[in-house]
Amino acid sequence: MGKIVEIEGVNKIYGTNHVVRDLNLSVEEGEFLTLLGSSGCGKTTTLRMIAGFEEPTTGSIKVEGEPIEEKEPFERNVNTVFQTYALFPHKTIFDNIAYGLRMKKVPKDEIKKRVLEMMEMVQLSGFEKRYPSQLSGGQKQRVAIARALINRPRVLLLDEPLGALDLKLRKQMQLELKRLQKKLNITFIYVTHDQEEALTMSDRIAVMHDGVLDQLATPTDIYEHPKTKFVATFIGETNTYDGCITGISEGIATVTLENGAVKVKCDDTFQILEYATISVRPEKMKFDTAPREGFELIAMVKDYVYVGSVLKCIVTLPNGNELKIERLAGQELPKIGSIIYPYWNPEDAVLIHNESYKIFKALDDIKLA
Amino acid sequence: MKKKRSKHEFRANTLPAMVTVGPMVLLLIFLVVAPLIFVAVMSFCQTDQYYNVVYKFTAENYSKLISPDYLKIYGQSILIALLTTIVCIIIGYPFAYIIARCKSKKKKLLYMLVIVPFWTNSLIRIYGWRTFLGSNGWLNSVLQNLHIIKEPVDFLYKTGTTVLGMVYCLIPFMILPLYTAIEKLDGSLLEASSDLGAKPYKTFLEVIIPLTSGGIFSGSIMVFIPCLGYFFVSNILGGGNTDMIGNLIERQFKSANNWPLGAALSIILIVVTLILVKIYQKLGGDMEDLGV
Amino acid sequence: MNNTKRMRKKMRNKALSVLFCVLVYLFLFLPISVIVANSFNATTSKPYMMWKGFTLDWYSKLFDNTLLLESFENTMIIAIVSTLLATVIGTLGAVGMYRYRFKGKGIINGLLYIPVVIPEIVIGIALLTLFSKVNIPRGMITLILAHVSFSVPFVIFNVRARLSGYDKSVEEASMDLGANRIVTFFEVTLPILAPGIGGGALLAFTLSIDDVIISYFVNGQTKTYPLKVMESIKSGVAPDVNALSTLILIGTIVLVTLTQSDILKRKGK
Repeated sequence: MGKIVEIEGVNKIYGTNHVVRDLNLSVEEGEFLTLLGSSGCGKTTTLRMIAGFEEPTTGSIKVEGEPIEEKEPFERNVNTVFQTYALFPHKTIFDNIAYGLRMKKVPKDEIKKRVLEMMEMVQLSGFEKRYPSQLSGGQKQRVAIARALINRPRVLLLDEPLGALDLKLRKQMQLELKRLQKKLNITFIYVTHDQEEALTMSDRIAVMHDGVLDQLATPTDIYEHPKTKFVATFIGETNTYDGCITGISEGIATVTLENGAVKVKCDDTFQILEYATISVRPEKMKFDTAPREGFELIAMVKDYVYVGSVLKCIVTLPNGNELKIERLAGQELPKIGSIIYPYWNPEDAVLIHNESYKIFKALDDIKLA
Repeated sequence: MKKKRSKHEFRANTLPAMVTVGPMVLLLIFLVVAPLIFVAVMSFCQTDQYYNVVYKFTAENYSKLISPDYLKIYGQSILIALLTTIVCIIIGYPFAYIIARCKSKKKKLLYMLVIVPFWTNSLIRIYGWRTFLGSNGWLNSVLQNLHIIKEPVDFLYKTGTTVLGMVYCLIPFMILPLYTAIEKLDGSLLEASSDLGAKPYKTFLEVIIPLTSGGIFSGSIMVFIPCLGYFFVSNILGGGNTDMIGNLIERQFKSANNWPLGAALSIILIVVTLILVKIYQKLGGDMEDLGV
Repeated sequence: MNNTKRMRKKMRNKALSVLFCVLVYLFLFLPISVIVANSFNATTSKPYMMWKGFTLDWYSKLFDNTLLLESFENTMIIAIVSTLLATVIGTLGAVGMYRYRFKGKGIINGLLYIPVVIPEIVIGIALLTLFSKVNIPRGMITLILAHVSFSVPFVIFNVRARLSGYDKSVEEASMDLGANRIVTFFEVTLPILAPGIGGGALLAFTLSIDDVIISYFVNGQTKTYPLKVMESIKSGVAPDVNALSTLILIGTIVLVTLTQSDILKRKGK
C-alpha cells in the first residue's frame, strides 16, 4: 500500500491567527485515519485544505503523488461528508445522491442503477422521492455519506459527521461507517473531537493541538504510549505528575515529585535533571496499606465512585492533588479517610518529555556549536 | 357558571382583541377596502358634459380601454416594466450576492449605503438624472469639453431613459429581498456542490439560483408592479414619449377629468396586480417577503 | 507563501467584484451628487443646469422662500402625525393579531398586503374618489389619513417580525406577579417590542416624507415638499430646492444613524 495523501510542511495563517503549524502527515491507501483534537486545533482546516476549500499559506499537499494546489475542489478526486450534512434542500434524496454522477455526465440509466444500489447499501431504499427535510438526523447522515461515496473517491473526508446524532445512534453509525470503509476499501480521513470515537474506528490517529500534530500512531500506541502531556490527558482518563528525573538505572528512572520519589520505565532520550511528566492510567494504579519500595507517595482516601463493573477510588495527595485509582468492584476497600500508599508497576507508567526537554536540547546544540 | 366563563372570555380575549385590532380594521375598511370598491363602482359610471360623475351604469369606459392608442401604451408599459425588472435582476443579483456573502464587518454599512440615496425625495433624484443627462446637462458639457462629441447628444425622452429612471427608483426593492435570500444561503451547500464535481456555473444553476428564487420572485413583483404606476418618472425623463398606464390614469384625474375612465384604467392595474400575486403564490412565494 | 494560479484567479475575481460594487454605488449616488453640487451652483438663469461657479447663496435664499418652507413644514407635520397614528394603530394591531382569537383573521391579514402590492397610483385615485364622494375637503386631514393608510402595514410587518421571536411566558409571569393586562402591556410587552416599533415608525416616517404619488391626488390646495418639487419641475428646479434637499438628506442620515445605533445597542443587551 502506498501513500495516498501527503501533507508536507503545511502552514495556514488567517491574519494573525496561525491555525496549522508545519504539518507533515502522510495517509496510507485504504486506511482509516482520524484527526483528533479539541475545537480550534486546526483539524477541520486541514481537512478543508485537502478538499480544496482553503489553500495552504505555505507547504504542499499531494494526492496520489500529484500536487493539487492548482486543482479546484470540483477537479479533485476526493469527496467530503459535511458536519451539517449540506444536503440540497430543494432536491430529492435520489437527486442529492445522483448529483456527483450527473456532474460527471454519467449516462442516466447508470446513474439510476448506481444510486439505487448505493441507497440499498446505506439502507435508504424507498426514500428516493423524499426531501431532506422529511428525514431524521440519522437518515440525513446516510444520505450525506451515500452522496459522497457514490463518486468512488480515492479519499473520503468526513468532518465530524456524527456530531449531531444522539449517543445511541452515534455508536451504531460508527460501526456502520467502519463496515462501509472496509467493504469499499476507500481511504477515510475523519475529523472528530470525540476521543472514544477515534479509538473505536481508526487505524491510526493524528492528535492535533494548537495547530501542531502532537502524535500520529495507532489507537493502542496513542493510549499506551502518549508522546505529549496533551495526548495523555486528552485521550482516556489519566493521572499526571510533574517532576524531576533524579536517577536512571537499567531503563528505570527515579522521578522526584512534590510528594516524593517514584519509579518509571524510560528510554535513552531522557537524562538526569530533566523535568518530565509521568502519566499513569487509573486502571494501572495500585495501592497498598504499607509503603512499597521505590515509591514515596502517601494519600488519603477521599471518595469512591461506582461506574458499573469498576470502582473509582479518589485519593488526595499531601499537596492537594487528586488521583483516580480504578479497582474491580467487589474487592475489599479501605475506609474513607484512611491512609494508603499509591504505586504502580514501572512498566505501566509513561514518562513524557515536557518543555525542559526542548531547553536541554537547545543547550546541547549550543554546546556542540 | 357558564355566564362567568363567558365573562372571563370577554375580558381575556374579546375585549382586548377589539381594542387592539379594532382601529386597524376600521382603517382597512374605510381607507383601503371602501375606496377600492368605490373605484370599481365608478368605473361603470358616466360623466355629464361638464365631466361631473353621474352614477348611471355604463360599460362604455371599458370599451374605450381597447382603443389602439391605449393598447400601444399598455404594450409600452409592459415593455418598460419588464425591461426594468430584467435590468434590476442583472444589476441587483450580483450586487446583492457580493454584499451578502462579504465576510467583512462593513457588511451592514454596505447594505445601508444602498438605502441612503432613498432618503432624498425621489422626484428630485429623478430630476438630478435630467440635470445630468439633458442636452445642456452635465454629461454633455463634460463630453463636449473633452472633445469626445461636438454636438450635444440628447439622452432624454427615450425608452432607455425611462427604464434607467425606473431602475434607479426601484432597484432597492430588488436588492433587499435578494440580499435576504442570499444571506440565508448555507455556504456549505456551495462547497458540497463543488466537492461533488460541479463547476461554478453548474453550482450557480443547480444550487444558488433554485435556493434564492424566492428572492428573485418577490423582488420582481416589487419592481414590476409599482413600475406600471410611476407616472412621474416617464413624465420627467420620458417627456411624453414613453407614456405608461400610470400616465393615462393620472391624466384622467388631473387634466382630462374623466374619472370613470381613469377608474376603469385603474381596474386594469388591480387585475394585473392580483394575477401577478397569484402567480407568485403559485410559485411558492411567501406574502411576507413582499413587506420589505 | 504559496502563489498558485488558483489564488491569483481568486484575487482577480475579488477585484472584479469590488469594481462592480463601486460602479453600482456610483450609479446610486450620481443623482444625489448632482443635487448636492447644484445646491452650490451660482447660476441664476432657468433651468439652472449650467455650472456658473460656487456659491452658498442658495442656502440663505432658501429662508426667504416662504412657499417652499411652508411646504416643508406641511411635510413634517403630516409625517409626524401620520407616523404617530400609524405606529399606535399598527403596534396595537400586530399585538392583537398575534395574541387573540377572532374570526376573519386571515381576511384581515390579506387586506394588509393591499396597500403594499397595489400600485400607489391606484391607492391615490381610490382615496381621491372616496374623499370627493363623501365630501371631505382635501387638504391636511386627507393627506394624513392617506399616509396613515399606507404606513400601517409596514409598522405591522416590523412589529410582527419582532413578535415571532417573542416568548409569551414573560407576560404570564408579569400577570402571575400581580400586574394586570394594561400594566403588563406597558411594563413588559412594549419594551420588548420597542426595536420593531422603532423600525416600523422610521419606515413610516421615511415613506411619508418621500411620498409623491398618493399625496399628489389627495392634497387639494395643500402643498407638501415633494409636490412643491413636482410643481417646479416644469420650469426647472431652482437650486434652493436642492439646498433644502441636501439639508434634509443630512438630517435623515443623522436621525437614522442615531436611532439605528440605539436599536443595535438594545439588541446587544
